[in-house]
Amino acid sequence: MSTTPSPHVVGDKEYKLSQQLKDKITDLSAQYPEKNSVIIPALHLIQDEFGWVPPAAMRQMAQLLNIASNTVFGVASFYTMFNNKPVGRYHIQICRNIACSLNGSKELLEHIMKKLGIQIGEVSNDGKFSVSTVECLGACGSAPVMMVNDVYYENLTEKKVDQIIKSLE
Amino acid sequence: MMQIEVNNKKIQAEPGEMILTALKRAGIHVPTLCYLEKLPPAGRCRICVVEVEGRKDLVTACSTPVQENMKIKTHSPRVLNTRKKILELLLSNHPDDCLYCVRNGQCDLRQLADEMYIRTRDLPRNVKKGEIDTSSLSIVREPSKCILCGRCVRVCAEIQTVNAIEIMQRGSLAYVGIEDDKGMGESWCINCGQCVVVCPTGALAEKSHVEMVKDALGDPKKYVVVQHAPSISVTLAEEFGFPVGTDVDCLMVAAFRAMGFDRVFDTSFSADLTIMEEGSELVHRLLHGGKLPMMTSCSPGWVKFVEQFYPELTENVSTCKSPQQMMGAIIKSFFSERENIKPEDIFSVSIMPCTAKKFEANRPEMGRNGVSDVDAVLTTRELAELIRLYGIDFKSLKPEEADDPFGQRTTAGKIFGASGGVMEAALRSGYFLVTGKELEDLSIEPVRGLEGIREAKIKVNDLELHVAVTSGLGNARKLMDQVRAGRKDLHFIEIMTCPGGCIAGGGQPRNADFEKFKARAQSLYTIDKNEEIRVSHKNPSIIRLYDEFLGKPLGEKSHKLLHTHYKKRELYN
Amino acid sequence: MISEKKALTRHADVPGMDVIDHYIKDGGYQGLEKALKRVPQDIVEEVKKSFLRGRGGAGFPTGLKWSFLPKEKTKPFYLVCNADEGEPGTFKDRIIMENDPFLLIEGMTITGYAIRADLGFIYIRGEFKWIAEKLEKAIEQAKKKNLLGKNILNSNYCFDIKVMRGAGAYICGEETALLESIEGKRGEPRTKPPFPANVGLYGCPTIVNNVETLACIPFILQHDAETFKLMGSFQAAGTKLYGISGHVNKPGVYEYPMGTNLKDLIQYAAGGVKNSKKLKAVIPGGLSATILKADEIDVNMDFDSCLKKDTMLGSGGIIVMDEDTSIPEVAMTTINFFTHESCGQCAPCREGLAKIQQILKNLLAGNGTANDLKTIDELANIINGSTLCPLGEAGALAVNAMIQKFRPEFESLVN
Repeated sequence: MSTTPSPHVVGDKEYKLSQQLKDKITDLSAQYPEKNSVIIPALHLIQDEFGWVPPAAMRQMAQLLNIASNTVFGVASFYTMFNNKPVGRYHIQICRNIACSLNGSKELLEHIMKKLGIQIGEVSNDGKFSVSTVECLGACGSAPVMMVNDVYYENLTEKKVDQIIKSLE
Repeated sequence: MMQIEVNNKKIQAEPGEMILTALKRAGIHVPTLCYLEKLPPAGRCRICVVEVEGRKDLVTACSTPVQENMKIKTHSPRVLNTRKKILELLLSNHPDDCLYCVRNGQCDLRQLADEMYIRTRDLPRNVKKGEIDTSSLSIVREPSKCILCGRCVRVCAEIQTVNAIEIMQRGSLAYVGIEDDKGMGESWCINCGQCVVVCPTGALAEKSHVEMVKDALGDPKKYVVVQHAPSISVTLAEEFGFPVGTDVDCLMVAAFRAMGFDRVFDTSFSADLTIMEEGSELVHRLLHGGKLPMMTSCSPGWVKFVEQFYPELTENVSTCKSPQQMMGAIIKSFFSERENIKPEDIFSVSIMPCTAKKFEANRPEMGRNGVSDVDAVLTTRELAELIRLYGIDFKSLKPEEADDPFGQRTTAGKIFGASGGVMEAALRSGYFLVTGKELEDLSIEPVRGLEGIREAKIKVNDLELHVAVTSGLGNARKLMDQVRAGRKDLHFIEIMTCPGGCIAGGGQPRNADFEKFKARAQSLYTIDKNEEIRVSHKNPSIIRLYDEFLGKPLGEKSHKLLHTHYKKRELYN
Repeated sequence: MISEKKALTRHADVPGMDVIDHYIKDGGYQGLEKALKRVPQDIVEEVKKSFLRGRGGAGFPTGLKWSFLPKEKTKPFYLVCNADEGEPGTFKDRIIMENDPFLLIEGMTITGYAIRADLGFIYIRGEFKWIAEKLEKAIEQAKKKNLLGKNILNSNYCFDIKVMRGAGAYICGEETALLESIEGKRGEPRTKPPFPANVGLYGCPTIVNNVETLACIPFILQHDAETFKLMGSFQAAGTKLYGISGHVNKPGVYEYPMGTNLKDLIQYAAGGVKNSKKLKAVIPGGLSATILKADEIDVNMDFDSCLKKDTMLGSGGIIVMDEDTSIPEVAMTTINFFTHESCGQCAPCREGLAKIQQILKNLLAGNGTANDLKTIDELANIINGSTLCPLGEAGALAVNAMIQKFRPEFESLVN
């Protein structure tokens, strides 16, 4: 399995929705019985583009759909997949729920944090990695489990994690 | 009708209605926190839970429809225990600094804590955090006191369609916030204060000007002048235990004098003045091909609403300042000259049913030479606070009359306080301006009422004048969308920000329901029915003001002092 | 011994099932063909006769649910597939969607016909991005074969399916929160009534069914209600996908007759407790279900039998814990989860779960008091039956059961 890096945006780059992305959102919104159904799909698209959902981008999206910015911010902040701040190019999320914790996910998390030198919610200095915990990923039969960007890694061991991280470096 | 059984007693219920409605009618009290009349039930707070025979779970009275022969217990041990524990949970996160709270003594949460007989702190505390937001000119937010009942968000979104605030995050991290954690002052808020009225705690309040007024009253160098809006005299009564709708105009005037105000004027006077200017403006627009439909401009929440959401329609809004600002301008020009008091030495206070008036008074265009026309705006609630601060026993006051020259009003100015009042007053005078005759019947019933969008056609000489009236910005939005879409038949539209008009304004006494709004409005119409002078153009003081100072409506002085302009506001930045 | 019965996993081991020709070759779409020859009401009756009950957790009879739709059609009807699999311990729907996407699509197409739906949605948890893409590809293939879209198999029946991804919110597994989410809103459950069958998606009549439920439909139509029923045990109809995880030798998803004994499932399907350890506890139906002690696991895994044992079948997600497991830590994990996933709308859930979390956290950190367990019990009792949706009470009761059943372990934490 390979993981495409999350497009981590550094510095004060402006978060402008490209015309292409705008068109995509507009087209998509027309495909639902009501246009607001596009809000969550559009937030996914924005996160695919920037690695997180920057406020400026959410406002442009609200304007595009002619809805209140607050509505978009309210929705985005409800769903935990949407990152409200920049994450590493490789955003590692380790399941902390029951099946994974019974199978050592806590120790695995410690191992990863130590290896990368970052705590939960932090981004490594080179912007490459960030770590967070996540609730049940629905893969309990192959616990412990983690996600790196969009990709699942299952039946993890420390050794396996080391290999995965190495392959990303 | 059907029968249900409540606490072993049979009561009547309408098919389809909610348990709470039936209970209310039968006089059975069940506490609520998130319930809002006129909106679908939210079922958030769960305080109104009741027990229904045959159901495992408790149900919320607000959101559960009655069923034939339903057996309900409203105060069973399980119900009482659940309500109490839910409230204890809310209180365990609450700052409970009640002694220092803006809602001290008038807090729904505190009242409920008493009602639920909470006497001990049993749960571990975890007080919410959140900085006080003072960025708005009208409204202060204190997030730590919020109990997330959601009323403010719903009123703002569902009734006003402004969406200035929203619930952000989720679960125990949820809070009422603004995009990107901006302050209220940078939000889409149009300052109507409907959120403040429905807030059960001290989480939302008007930005208080009480201290400012107190300081001015104590400053010998300041000449303190007060004006009071048309609706205040029929709502202030509730703060002092009079029956709803009692007109306490003369007692209020006495209270102002007792507190040391130097002059007491009536905003209903400048409402008459507004009618002269606005009526003339309408006639002018009709005759000279001006932008139509013309829209009223006296409600500052609506004005900001149009600037934000319908910027292309700002030219349709009458250029007339609101009665508050007309009075302010006259006080700091004509009055200041006549009395030989420098404008900066006059401290001009207005008593308003409205939080948006605080914003309006602060608009940079509302003054001259760096001196603003209105220095402080108190809501009806703040006025009551001020009266209490000065230890005045309101009920024992002797009635007094307002001062000349701006204390004299007609009932046309007075009915500004209810939705439709501006239209009615304008039609009375507009008809006269065009035809030279008075309307046969001065009461124009079709424009009266507190709900919906009302339209009327009035024959004025050859022209059939087509007017529309509405209140509440959700209704305004419907009407504006029609205009935006090209609706052309309307000539004149009255819009009030708050549903029902100023008698239901964001600065009015809390805990009012629709019945109270009706009683308040009725009081204004009773005044209108019973008095002699019912048209603005017959106000002797208005006639004198034009003779001595202004010249004529829409004249040069008027233009300078009584008219204004608007700006288009960008929403997405 | 117990033996597997394959109704849902019959193609699962065959590779390449995401190619429609393979699916058809293996018997796929026979159910739809047969269905389209019958009138919709007939299919509803057939499903009623099959005694199929909703596999999402609540176990509501599927045919009966369908029959709640208004008789007269004045608005569009929607069919929504709940694929927001997020109940901890549950990973069964993924197997269907990943290995046999057409089984779900065929099930939806038949159901859409039966309930006169105009459009279907698959609301899939956001993390399953690759599965969502797989489903979309499958939908495209079905459209090309005229098995979806306009005038399906020349029957005049039109039906389309859209795939919507969630974005990390367990509560969206609750059907009305799910509908809110499709509408682009915060996933906050609605007050009921009205129920979705009357006022659902976009205010229109809507049926929401779980993936596994819908995947049963092709089998029922291809064979008949009776055959499906007989796949189950004598007290419950059909088969069930049991997901077994935790401290077992062979974790995974297994299809057995509905009502198979829990003890047997752990022992024979999942190969028993890992590392020859002793069994300590089992959560039988996803984290919301009441925990069972080792001596309580002689229970048949169907809806009614589980209820009789004061627990629930739920999603059939079986979580096994060995003798070394700290139940207070499991309780902490549990309350952390439910607190994290509470939508925050209603006070008892939002504040109550957070309070239990606060107390438990203190307790585990060694700062507990003798009163703490009593306080949690009191809170659990008022959360139970007072919340807007089942999430709050599920969390509170699950944790409280852990405390009540393993009390000494919690008491030993109090100094």
